[in-house]
Amino acid sequence: MAAPNSPVTEVATREAYGRTLVELGKQNKDIVVLDADLSRSTMTYLFAREFPERFFDCGLEEQNMIGIAAGLAAAGKTVFASTFAVFAACRCFDQLRMCLSQPKLNVKMVATHSGITVGEDGTSHQAIEDLALYCALPGFTVVVPADAIEAVEAVKTAAATPGPFYIRLSRPKTPLVYSEGYRFTLGKAVTLKQGRDATVIATGIMVAKALEAAKRLTGEGIDCRVINIHTLNPLDEEAIVKAASETGVIVVAEEHLAQGGLGSRVAPVVAREKPVPMRFINLKDHYALSGSSSELLQKHGLTAEEIARAVKEAIQAKAIPRG
Amino acid sequence: MTNRIESPSQDTLSANIFSLALPELAAMAKKLRRHIITMTATAGSGHPGGSLSAADIITALYFKIMRYDPHNPRWDDRDRFILSKGHAAPVLYAALAESGYFPVEELNTLRKAGSRLQGHADRNLTPGVEMSSGSLGQGLSFATGTALAVRLDHRDSRIYVLLSDGECEEGQTWEAALSAGQFKLDNLTAVVDRNQQQLDGWTRDIMDTEPLAGKWRAFGWNTIETDGHNFKKILAAFEKAKTVKGKPTVIIAHTIKGKGVSFMENNPDFHGKAPTAEEAERALKELE
Repeated sequence: MAAPNSPVTEVATREAYGRTLVELGKQNKDIVVLDADLSRSTMTYLFAREFPERFFDCGLEEQNMIGIAAGLAAAGKTVFASTFAVFAACRCFDQLRMCLSQPKLNVKMVATHSGITVGEDGTSHQAIEDLALYCALPGFTVVVPADAIEAVEAVKTAAATPGPFYIRLSRPKTPLVYSEGYRFTLGKAVTLKQGRDATVIATGIMVAKALEAAKRLTGEGIDCRVINIHTLNPLDEEAIVKAASETGVIVVAEEHLAQGGLGSRVAPVVAREKPVPMRFINLKDHYALSGSSSELLQKHGLTAEEIARAVKEAIQAKAIPRG
Repeated sequence: MTNRIESPSQDTLSANIFSLALPELAAMAKKLRRHIITMTATAGSGHPGGSLSAADIITALYFKIMRYDPHNPRWDDRDRFILSKGHAAPVLYAALAESGYFPVEELNTLRKAGSRLQGHADRNLTPGVEMSSGSLGQGLSFATGTALAVRLDHRDSRIYVLLSDGECEEGQTWEAALSAGQFKLDNLTAVVDRNQQQLDGWTRDIMDTEPLAGKWRAFGWNTIETDGHNFKKILAAFEKAKTVKGKPTVIIAHTIKGKGVSFMENNPDFHGKAPTAEEAERALKELE
């Protein structure tokens, strides 16, 4: 579970992915890995180096890669296909729908360089719509690990679970939220910190920031719960309803556009089951520009400060009697 | 009239279970064409034109060339047929029914609610359908992946995929062509149903793909052009493809859209329109 007092260690989720693929490759000879000319960045080159006969570089043919993945999966292979999140989602949507989602084939799309933290490469490379697209595909399991330790668990779980997966990873090194020994349960939210006054529901890199925000709020006398929703589809509705009932305030934090991300998955559940004041920390209706990861997170308000501010604002809204 | 076939032992199943002679192949193709007319007329919608043009190619594959077991549709050592031009589902369903995957009577449920025979092929619903299709340009990629898997497993299965010529306008077709060449997939044979028509008219007027054979050749494929309505030539092309090493083969099969029914031949109206009851009657008379 959480390691609140250990010094902050930072590891990139994509590094964890590359190492885990090698481990899985040793255990299971039916694991095949595809990439689209980005193996050095997605870290699939580690698998390629170890198992060259089971690695296929599809070149700059992302759409073709999805079809090849489907063909391999239909013949019994467990296929991991990687590229940057922009290409894995935006460029291949019809292929994902036709070749993976509809036939329910056993392909794991593991995309790196998601969100604005891809940074300097700028707008074209910042996938901020990918969760909306993947969550729109029936039958796709969608997972956003909070750190490298959870990424390892998610990748192993995907390998052992039939059907199409999307796993969203990041470029930069990010703080560890978990300690070794953490066990991941697909579709089950993780309460990282208990609290009574409000709940922050976060995913991906925003989980660490949510914990930081909760720590700050403790100093201000606010007891804030923090929940990591690593699986966006299927969604742990029970944890959401419980948090709304017990804390009366929900703030959702994610590195994604407002439309179609975690916030838009959580809000209907809250509205239907237990309406409470909600606030959303996410990217509003525009694209970001080049900059370092930290500059961009600051500029677009994806920070612990903003989460803490949103929690206080929502708590105030809760205090105002309705009518 | 359900087709029951002796279930072959998989140990000895090394060839096509029908292995029809030339005159029988012609008779079977006619049977498939009759099914196409009846099915689409009964459904009141569908794509008879491109189904009729492919009927001889499909007949050759299912009744002479391919190794498969209709009682074990996902047998690991089977040859695979992938219908990339998904709108030609009626001809595939007709062949699957006649080869024993499901009862021939079921053909009349085409496109109806609750039917296993969807408007476009669905791999999870219909026994014998290898891949869902309907959005064009994706079947060759799937076939490439399957060919890679079969080679990884050291199986001698062959992979066949049928493309429309309109599909050769899709960019992904050429991505896949490039990759199958790169991966030297000599267990893969693509057939282009070169009927020269697409929904809006003649391919040469809409988006000309000529020189088509030259394009495939340039992408590293062994390229054969043949008459897609002449069984002797179709079979020779498939046999030749089996002998080619180190590269995939494409057979550009020159065909006639609507082949076999005079008023449907080369008539783009029947690309995506079913015959009326009266038209179906006339068509069936011609196919007696």
